[in-house]
Amino acid sequence: MTIQSTQALLSIKDLSVEFTTDAGTVTAVDRLSFAVNPGQTVGLVGESGSGKSVTALSILGLIPQPPGKITAGQIEFNGTDLLSLPERQLRKIRGNDISMVFQEPMTSLNPVFRVGYQIAEVLRLHKKMSKKQALKRTVELMDWVGIPEPQRRARSYPHELSGGQKQRVMIAMAIACEPKLLICDEPTTALDVTIQQQVLELLQRLQREMDMSMLFITHDLAVIADLADEVVVMYRSQKVEQASTENMFRHPQHPYSKGLMACRPQLHDNPRRLLTVADFMAADGQELSPTAEQQAPQVKVDKSSHPVLLEVKQLKTYFPIKSGFFGRIKSHVKAVDDVSFTVKKGETLGLVGESGCGKTTLGRTVLNLQAATAGSVFYDGIDVFAQTPTAMRHLRSRMQIIFQDPYASLNPRMSVGQTIIEPLCIHQPQLNKQQRWEQAAALLQQVGLNPDQLNRYPHEFSGGQRQRIAIARALAVKPEFIVCDESVSALDVSVQAQVLNLLLDLQQQHDLTYIFISHDLSVVNFIADRVGVMNQGKIVELNSAEEIYRNPQNPYTQKLLDAIPKGEPKSI
Amino acid sequence: MKLKLGAGLLLVIALVVLIGPMFAAFDAETIHWDDMAVAPDAVYWMGTDVMGRDLFIRTLQGGRVSLMVGLLATMVSVFIGVSYGMLAGYMGASTDAIMMRTVDVLYALPFLFLVILLMAFFGQQLWLLFAAIGGYLWLDMARIVRGQTMALKAQEFVEAAHAIGQQKRAILVKHILPNLRGVVIVYATLTVPQVIMIESFLSFLGLGVQEPMTSWGALVNEGADNMDLAPWSLWFPALFLCLTLVGFNSVGDGLRDRWDPSMQKSK
Amino acid sequence: MMRLLVTRLLWGIPVLWLILTLTFFLLRAAPGGPFDQERELSPELTALIAEKYQLDQPLLAQYSSYLTATIQGDLGPSFQYSDYSVNQLIALGLPVSLKLGLYALCLALVLGVLLGMVAALYANKWPDLVAMLLAVIGISTPNFVIAPLLIVALAVNLGWLPVGGWSGGQWHYMVLPVLTLSLPYVAAIARLVRAGLLEVLNQPYIRTARAKGLSSFGVVFKHALRPALMPVVSYLGPAAVGLLTGSVVIEQIFGIPGLGRYFVQGALNRDYTLVLGVVLVIGLMMLLFNLLVDVLYRWLDPRVGRATNNRALS
Repeated sequence: MTIQSTQALLSIKDLSVEFTTDAGTVTAVDRLSFAVNPGQTVGLVGESGSGKSVTALSILGLIPQPPGKITAGQIEFNGTDLLSLPERQLRKIRGNDISMVFQEPMTSLNPVFRVGYQIAEVLRLHKKMSKKQALKRTVELMDWVGIPEPQRRARSYPHELSGGQKQRVMIAMAIACEPKLLICDEPTTALDVTIQQQVLELLQRLQREMDMSMLFITHDLAVIADLADEVVVMYRSQKVEQASTENMFRHPQHPYSKGLMACRPQLHDNPRRLLTVADFMAADGQELSPTAEQQAPQVKVDKSSHPVLLEVKQLKTYFPIKSGFFGRIKSHVKAVDDVSFTVKKGETLGLVGESGCGKTTLGRTVLNLQAATAGSVFYDGIDVFAQTPTAMRHLRSRMQIIFQDPYASLNPRMSVGQTIIEPLCIHQPQLNKQQRWEQAAALLQQVGLNPDQLNRYPHEFSGGQRQRIAIARALAVKPEFIVCDESVSALDVSVQAQVLNLLLDLQQQHDLTYIFISHDLSVVNFIADRVGVMNQGKIVELNSAEEIYRNPQNPYTQKLLDAIPKGEPKSI
Repeated sequence: MKLKLGAGLLLVIALVVLIGPMFAAFDAETIHWDDMAVAPDAVYWMGTDVMGRDLFIRTLQGGRVSLMVGLLATMVSVFIGVSYGMLAGYMGASTDAIMMRTVDVLYALPFLFLVILLMAFFGQQLWLLFAAIGGYLWLDMARIVRGQTMALKAQEFVEAAHAIGQQKRAILVKHILPNLRGVVIVYATLTVPQVIMIESFLSFLGLGVQEPMTSWGALVNEGADNMDLAPWSLWFPALFLCLTLVGFNSVGDGLRDRWDPSMQKSK
Repeated sequence: MMRLLVTRLLWGIPVLWLILTLTFFLLRAAPGGPFDQERELSPELTALIAEKYQLDQPLLAQYSSYLTATIQGDLGPSFQYSDYSVNQLIALGLPVSLKLGLYALCLALVLGVLLGMVAALYANKWPDLVAMLLAVIGISTPNFVIAPLLIVALAVNLGWLPVGGWSGGQWHYMVLPVLTLSLPYVAAIARLVRAGLLEVLNQPYIRTARAKGLSSFGVVFKHALRPALMPVVSYLGPAAVGLLTGSVVIEQIFGIPGLGRYFVQGALNRDYTLVLGVVLVIGLMMLLFNLLVDVLYRWLDPRVGRATNNRALS
C-alpha cells in the first residue's frame, strides 16, 4: 500500500456507503481506501454495481441522501475533509477544484439551454466573470476541446450536437475552471469506438497540458490501459486489488482481476473458449486456475466448402423521411443500401459497424421482420420475401433472432416457462402440455439455468440470465440459423464471455449458423469465421476474420481497428 | 397509503349507498307536509328538503344513480378507447394517421357544449346521458392506449414473438394487452370521477337526471337554491359527492404511482 | 414557426365547419321550436315569424344561406332577444367571459406553480402532504359546490363581497367568481408541477448542475423549473377548455352576463342562431388557444418542432 496522505491530492480512507431500499440496507461501498497524487491518473475498475460510481459521487457530496448514507470514512482533498465540510464550502469546490464528466452525454446536458450558456455558467459562478468575458472564454474552451466552429456551436442546443460533441461540451464545462482533479465516470461507454478513441486522446492531452489529476472510472480495463498510472479494482463494493497499471496488466494478483483480464476477447491470440471470472475464482472466493484445455488456442476451421444456407442479393431497406402537412416523402434514409453476401452452413458471419450503420436493420430485413425496399433473400433456396403469411410462419421455425436488450426482450407478464413454450405451441402443436413443459425444462438446462425456475418471471433474473432465457426461446423451435443482434453488448465483460462461450457450444451441438452483429470488433473477431464491415448502409469489406484483422483493405476498416483500445499499459 | 385510504373510503361509500336504503324509514318521494326543511334529527337523519322529502334516502338513491352513471359511462369509454387505441397503435402507418387525425378533430369540438345541447333538446334520458359522456371521454383513453401500444410494439419481446411466427391477433392478445392492463386500470379509475363530475355538472344545470330520479348533482343544485332555508340539503349531497371523487382520485393516483411505467422510470 | 401557424389555421377551417354543421342539424333535429309557447299563436303570426327568420324555407336552403352569412361575418338575428343580432350579443358577452377566464387562468397558474414547487421541494414531508391533500380535495370538489360555500362564508356571513352580479367587472364583483373558477385548476396545476419537478430533479443534467457548484436555489430555479413546467404548458389547452365550460356554471351561479349564460338560455329556448353563434365562437377560441399553447411549447422546449411535424392538430 502506497498511500502517502501528506502529499496526496485526494485520499479516501475507509469509505463506506449504504443505501436503504425496500429490501433492506445495501452496502454500496465497503471500507474503500485509495489516494490520487497530484498529476496522477488513477483508474477505478469494476463491473456494474461494484460501487465505483457511488465512490465518485461521494467525493463531490452528490449521493442522494436518503436513500444513500455515508456511514464511515474520510475523503480528504488538499488536506480538508470533504465529508465534514458544510454544503456552502463544498459548492465552492464543485466544478472549480474538482469537476466531473458523466457517462450519459445525451442526458447530462440541460436540454432547454444553449451549450455555450451552460459552459459559461460555471465561469460566471466560480471565476465571477462578466457575461461577455465568460462567453469569450467559452468559445476558447470549446475550440480547445476540439469542437469545430465553436462560435456557432456555442449557440446550439444539446440535441443539435452529436454524442461525441456533447461529451466534448461536458469536458469543456468540467475543465473551465482548471480543476485540480477531474473525475470521469465512464465517459466513453455510450460512444462509438472511433469517438471513444478521440475522447480518450482529448482527455490525455488536456491532462498533460493542464497538469491535473484524474480519477477515471470504467468497466473496461482496456480503456484505461494507456491512460492510468495506477489501477484500483473493485468487486462487490470492496477493493480487491491496487497496483501500478504495468503490474496490474502483467501480473494481476487477485483471482477476480485475473478473470477480468482474461475474459475480454483480444484481437490476437484468442483462446478456443473465453476464460471467465468463474475459471479463476470459485463462488466462495477461493482461487482456481484454469486448465490447459480451457486455455487452448482457437483454431478456426475453413468452412468455405460448406453449402450455401443464406444468400442475400442487392438488398435495400430505405426509410422514408416524411414532412409537411400531407406527409409527403421528402427523401430516404438508406439504412441498407445494396448489400449482397452469402452465409455458408455452419459458419458465423460477423457484421460490425458503428451505431447507425444499418447492421441491425440488415439483420431484421434478412429475417423479413422489416420489409425490404428492393432485393431478395434466399434461405436454403427459398425466396423469403415471396412467402404467404402461413408459409412465412413455418419458415420462421428455421431462422431465429436474439436481441440486444435482455430487459426488453422478454414479456414481463409471462413466466419463463410460458415464454419458452410459446414457440412450441406454434410449431409443434402435436405435443401435449406435459411434453412441452419437459422440453422447456430441457432447454433451460441447455442454456445453463436451473429448470426449477420455469415458473419465475423475468424481473427475478439478472441480465445475463435473461439473455440465456432469450436464447432458450430461440432454440425452442429447433432453428438452423440465428441472427444475434448485439446479443452480448449490454452485458458485463465477464457475463459477456459466458454467453459467448454458450453460443459457441450451442453452435457445435446443434450445427447452427449465425449472423453475429456487434459494434465490438474484438468480440466479432472471437466468434466469427468471416467478418463484414458496414458503413452507411453498405458492406465495405467482407473477408475472413483473420484477414480483416491482419490485412484490412478498406480505410474505414483500418480506422475501426486503430480505434480499439489496445489494452497495453503505457510504458513508464 | 393513498391507495388504501381511497379504497377504504370508496368501500364505505358503496356500502352506505347500497345497504343504507334498507334502513331508511321513508320513501324518497313521499312529501311530509308538516316537516318541510327540518334540520337533521333522530327521525330525519339528514333532515328534509324544502318540499318535506327525507334527505337521507334521497342522498343515498342519488348516489346510486351517480355511481351507476359513473361506472357505466366509464365502461363505455374504456371499451371504445382501448380497442380504438390498440388498433391504431398496432396497425401504425396510414391507418394510425387516419384514426388519430379523427381523434384530433373530435378533440377540437367543444364537446361539453354539444352534450349540453343534446341533453337540452332530446330530453334527459339516462341512456343518452352516459352514451354522451362515455362517447366523449374515450378520446383520452384512446390516446393513452395508442401511445402505450406503440411503445410496446417497438419492444424486443413483441418482435421476438413475430420472429417465432406468432400471429398478429395472438400478439395483440398475449403480448400487448396484458402489458396495457396497468395503464388501462389506472386511467379507468381516473375516468370515473370525471364522469360523475360531468353528470353532476349537467344535473346542476338542470339537464341531467330528471325527477323523480335524482343524483348528487341534482341534489346539490336543489340544495344550493335553498341554502338559506335548509343548508343541510346542500351539505350532505355535496359531502358524499366530494368524498366519492376524493376516493376515486386517490385510488387512481395510488395505482398510477405503483403501475404507470412512465412514473417508474423516475425512481 | 410560420409554417405551423399557417397549417394550423388552415386545419381550423374544416373543424369549424364541422362544428357548425353538426350543431346546425342537431338543433333542427330536436323536437320543439323557438316559438313554441304556452299559449298558441295565431297561424298568421306564426307564418310571419317563420318568414322573418327564414324558417319556412327547406332545411338545406336555410343551411346554405346561414353558412354564406356566417362566412361574411353575420351570425343573424337572435330569436329570443328580438332587438339584438347575435353579433351584438356576442360582443356583449365575450369580453365578460374572456376576462373571467383569463383572470382565473392566471390565478390558477400562479397559485398552482407555487403550491406544486413547495410540495416537490418538501417531497414526502408535511408541507407536501398538506399541499397534496388540498390538491386532491380541490380536484374533487366541483365548482358548483365551492361557489355556494364561498358565497355563504365570504358574502352572506362576513359581507365582505357581493353575493353576485357583475357591475361592469368591478374588482370586488370578480373576486368570488374568479376564485371559484380557478380552484380546481390550481389543484391540477400544483400536482403537475410537483410530478414534473420531482421527475426533472432525478435527471442526470440536474446532477451536472449540482456538480458545477450551483446552489440548490440555482439548481431548482434555473435548471429544473423550466423543463418541469412543460407538462403544465401542455395542460393549458385542456385547462382553457375546462375554464370555458366551467364558466357556464359560474356565470349561472353568480348571475354574470357572459357567453355561458347566453348559451344555456339559448339552448333551453331553442334560440337557433344564438346557440350556433356561441358554439362557433367557443370552437374558435379553443382553436386559437391551442395554437397559442403549441407556439409557447415550442418556444420553451427547443427539442420540439423540427422532428415532430406530424402533430398538426391536438
